[in-house]
Amino acid sequence: MVSLSSYLTLSAILFAISVAGIFVNRKNIVIILMCIELMLLAANINFVAFSHYLNDSAGQIFVFFILTVAAAEAAIGLAILVVVFRNRRTINVEALNEMKG
Amino acid sequence: MMNTIYLAIPLSALLGAIIAGLFGGRIGRKGAHSVTIAGVATSFLLSLYVLNQHVFNGVETFNGTVYTWMISEGIRFEIGFLIDNLTVMMMAVVTGVSLAVHVYTIGYMADDEANWPETSLAGKNSYQRFFSYISLFTFSMLMLVMSNNFLQLFFGWEAVGLVSYLLIGFWSVRPTAVYANLKAFIVNRVGDFGFILGISAIVMYTGTLDYIDVFAQAEGLSNQTMSIFDGSDWNVVSVICILLFVGAMGKSAQIPLHVWLPDSMEGPTPISALIHAATMVTAGIFMVTRMSPLFEFSEAALSFVMLVGAATAFFMGLIGIVQNDIKRVVAYSTLSQLGYMTVALGASAYSAAVFHLMTHAFFKALLFLAAGSVIIAMHHEQDMRKMGGLKKYLPITYWTSLVGTLALIGFPGLSGFFSKDSIIEAVHHSDIYGHEIAYLAVLSGVFITAFYSFRLFFMVFHGEERMDAHTKEHLHEPPRVVTWPLIALAIPSVFIGGLTIGDMLFGDYFGSAIFVLEKHDVLSQIGFNGGWAFVQHGFGGPALYLALLGVFTAWYIYIKNPHIADLAKNKFSLIHSILDNKYGFDKLYGWVFGAGSRQLGDKLWQHGDVSFIDGLLVNGSAKFVGWFSGVARQVQTGMLYHYAFAMLIGVLALLTLFVLF
Repeated sequence: MVSLSSYLTLSAILFAISVAGIFVNRKNIVIILMCIELMLLAANINFVAFSHYLNDSAGQIFVFFILTVAAAEAAIGLAILVVVFRNRRTINVEALNEMKG
Repeated sequence: MMNTIYLAIPLSALLGAIIAGLFGGRIGRKGAHSVTIAGVATSFLLSLYVLNQHVFNGVETFNGTVYTWMISEGIRFEIGFLIDNLTVMMMAVVTGVSLAVHVYTIGYMADDEANWPETSLAGKNSYQRFFSYISLFTFSMLMLVMSNNFLQLFFGWEAVGLVSYLLIGFWSVRPTAVYANLKAFIVNRVGDFGFILGISAIVMYTGTLDYIDVFAQAEGLSNQTMSIFDGSDWNVVSVICILLFVGAMGKSAQIPLHVWLPDSMEGPTPISALIHAATMVTAGIFMVTRMSPLFEFSEAALSFVMLVGAATAFFMGLIGIVQNDIKRVVAYSTLSQLGYMTVALGASAYSAAVFHLMTHAFFKALLFLAAGSVIIAMHHEQDMRKMGGLKKYLPITYWTSLVGTLALIGFPGLSGFFSKDSIIEAVHHSDIYGHEIAYLAVLSGVFITAFYSFRLFFMVFHGEERMDAHTKEHLHEPPRVVTWPLIALAIPSVFIGGLTIGDMLFGDYFGSAIFVLEKHDVLSQIGFNGGWAFVQHGFGGPALYLALLGVFTAWYIYIKNPHIADLAKNKFSLIHSILDNKYGFDKLYGWVFGAGSRQLGDKLWQHGDVSFIDGLLVNGSAKFVGWFSGVARQVQTGMLYHYAFAMLIGVLALLTLFVLF
């Protein structure tokens, strides 16, 4: 029997990897998108683990929702990415500083 | 019925003013002077009717409210009328002189366009505007004298001040006129400040604005004291009376607030006659008379009044001797005569003061209008040194001026004799502190009055003709609208004193309108056995001989030996220059208050406005926002991972807070 804390540790490690991915990566915007997906998945693992542990299926239903939203988000994110690339001929994160004050 | 008539008297003047003022352009010159003269004539006739009803048909004193504006904590703010014998006399004098001046103005302002530059907007319809103003003045003055409460008194007080301001600066394209009306307004502000403090003190101690209610509490108040500074007790009535009198000093031009009146001569002559000689400047005298139930309970205030009046009567008369502008001589004469009235107030001879007010209104208006007539004939030349020998060119003006001048110096039998002699006698019998000085001042004032009056008269109408040839060619009597008011005013100048002295001073004409304590009642100490006996009595006193001496001196110096004048001027050059500088009041005020407040304003502007408000508050806050946003924008790097980092830190911080606390 795998204990709850193992699931939570796994999820925390995944989350930390994705955060580090966002910070460390300064070149490719696709990697940032992937990191966000990974973050969501880390949260999903928490949901499923708690759902099983508490015997409450609501957590698993949440996971379905999150996966759906994540899919939609990935689609929109990639679409934006395509448009950005068309306009600027690059997806280098450091070049995308239009919001600089 | 009577209520409607009382209300109609001020309102018909106001109606004329509104029509002429707002629709002056549409109704034209003729329409404007017709409608205002009709309004004032209605006021005058109704005033005479009311006078007749009250004085001869024994109608009771009317004291009633017309309109209640508001009631605040029991203090009623109302418009109301108190019509007694004092009021009806003032109403008749104000409307009568005003009517004469209205008619006279048709002639005086006939070619007013010449006084304005062609492009001047203010010069458009100036004739109609002038009529509107003098009717508005009549309305304001009537509201002042008819009032039964302090609020309306203050309204009338300020309204006549406003019209005076508008009329002194009527020729607004002349810098001197603008300077003079500003000066009049500011000096009156000083007086009015005292006046409103006095009214506030009355409300504070009596809780009412109504005359009768206040007077009923006067005796009780005279035993109370108030503490203005720590550890000093002041009699409440004295404080109230002196503050009210400060208002009268401004309006009635008493030393040291007299400086505006000579300068007010910058205005057109009709208003010099109406406002700055006959009516408005006597508002202070009227007010003190009305407040006699208060002033009677304060000997300190009465002494103060008497000494201020005596100083004004004496010193202002002296200045009149060295003036060369015809209107300014008459103006200083007005100041001096107002001093006489004030002295009478101080001696508790209120009825003598009002009596002199009435006779003075007629003969001083006459003298001013005569001066105006001379000015018209001389093509707006006012310097007496360029006149002389006008007697044969202006016969009507000459004879009416002679009547006015004789009345002014107190020639036996004329109005001025009765009023001035009774004032001198009253002061003689008074035993208020300072009465010896006041008696000396009014007595020597008689000589001075006679001297400067006949100096003017001789310089203008007799002696060699000093005007230039061009003016001389066109010299002729002004039109009838100018000369008729002169004649109309000359008649009361001669007769009204002798006819009314018995009732007004020694009878019970004023009844309860004027209150005098028995110990102050100086008039009853003067034995009066009819007007003729009073004239005979005059021959026994020094005043008449002083007046004759003054006339003789003037004749000797200005007709017999004209070179004496210059000789005396050189010999007494110090005195002459003191008088010519008007004792330095103008210079002192100009230096202390004028330059002083300009310096203060300059400092406040530089430090308060430019540095503090503009520099620190307005521009300072803008600069701070700019600086702060400059710092804040550094945070917005545009780098995605910076934002993500900030978000994460934020979540962590919140989480830490949530977990720890």
